[in-house]
Amino acid sequence: MILPGFGVAAQEKLGRAKVLIVGMGALGCPALQYLVGAGVGNIGIIDSDLVSESNLHRQLLYGYADIGKPKVAVAAALMRLQNPAIQITTYQTSFERKNALDLLEGYDIVIDATDNFIAKYIINDAAGILNIPMIYGAVTRYQGQLTVFHFPDQNNLKFNYRDLFPVPPADHLMGTCESLGVIGVLPGIIGCLQAAEAIKLITDIGKTLAGRLYTHDFLEATNYEIALSKNSSISMIKKEDFLKPNHTSSEELEEIDIEEINVDQFLALKKNDQIFVLDVRERHEYPPIDFSDALIPMSELSNQIEQLPNKEICVICHQGIRSIYAAQQIQARKSIKAYSLKGGITAYFNKLS
Amino acid sequence: MELLIFGSLTDIIGKNSLVLEAPNNTEQLKKSLLEQYPGLAQAHYFLAINKIMVHDNQPLQEGDVVALMPAFSGG
Repeated sequence: MILPGFGVAAQEKLGRAKVLIVGMGALGCPALQYLVGAGVGNIGIIDSDLVSESNLHRQLLYGYADIGKPKVAVAAALMRLQNPAIQITTYQTSFERKNALDLLEGYDIVIDATDNFIAKYIINDAAGILNIPMIYGAVTRYQGQLTVFHFPDQNNLKFNYRDLFPVPPADHLMGTCESLGVIGVLPGIIGCLQAAEAIKLITDIGKTLAGRLYTHDFLEATNYEIALSKNSSISMIKKEDFLKPNHTSSEELEEIDIEEINVDQFLALKKNDQIFVLDVRERHEYPPIDFSDALIPMSELSNQIEQLPNKEICVICHQGIRSIYAAQQIQARKSIKAYSLKGGITAYFNKLS
Repeated sequence: MELLIFGSLTDIIGKNSLVLEAPNNTEQLKKSLLEQYPGLAQAHYFLAINKIMVHDNQPLQEGDVVALMPAFSGG
């Protein structure tokens, strides 16, 4: 059976292709199955997890008998039965800043099938450094989305995850499918679409989703497509910076204890001019305040930490949650003491009114 | 104008679409949304006007469809 536009040459390209799938969960399982089915010659799969019962409704390569076994081993064994000609390399590890470039190097395409922001930013940055197209996918409850990063769109522009969201959300805003819940078929749909994008990239047929964020709504059975535009305030991370030990991961940031000060302590430090007061609220937030020394929105902070003065800092935000995260970033990157105003601007005005 | 709300933002706003009078620009829109839905203060999202992503403050007109798109993390 010959598919028009998809001949021997396309099949040979698939056979020579090397695709890395990061995450063998609900997105990674279907993506892997269809890449194996399509005859992609070399596939790497990464996941540190073992199969658990709560995975089974949406990660369909695994069954009850597999509970407790490494996901990558179970998935690879099944796929080798499906097509023994395909080379499957398993990595039972998590994808981290320290191993990202080594794991990615040599692959033609990376599929982001992860379920957390930390991994998505690491894949984004590493793939950008190595100039490897990345097929981003994510789901949240009843909606899922995907696009292709680090690959030219029809206007020859390359987008990356930071064009959409310059910095990762604070930890308490991060949810996974385990914590938020998801209907199993939805990541199945998105994972299949990720495989479809990979096949188009490899065979050079059709039009990819580069430059377009495609969101599927399960409940409404609708799709919504947004044309991406470049975010001029961000620049891609350089290899030296990516590997710098002071480029702290979110897990490491969590370890940094930040001293939270109350409004009285804040006023005392401020009166003695001991602290630089940094407001990290976004520009649209109000009320504007007249007692800060600088406003650097959280979304822009990581690019501007080096420009902060070498003086003790107190970070403030609306309610004192983002400011802890900002203070951790500052303390990690600059050797200065960073406080967070407990309760934020809300507490400040409550105290003073 | 019409507002389309995606992902976790529907939990904060309570709906997946709203029809409202168009403010002058996106900054004013964000400000008035924040007044009504303080939970947005800590959400990571971007705006798209008529299906085109915008970064800076942009004028709005009646008839525009604005999407609020948050970061999706599950998989």
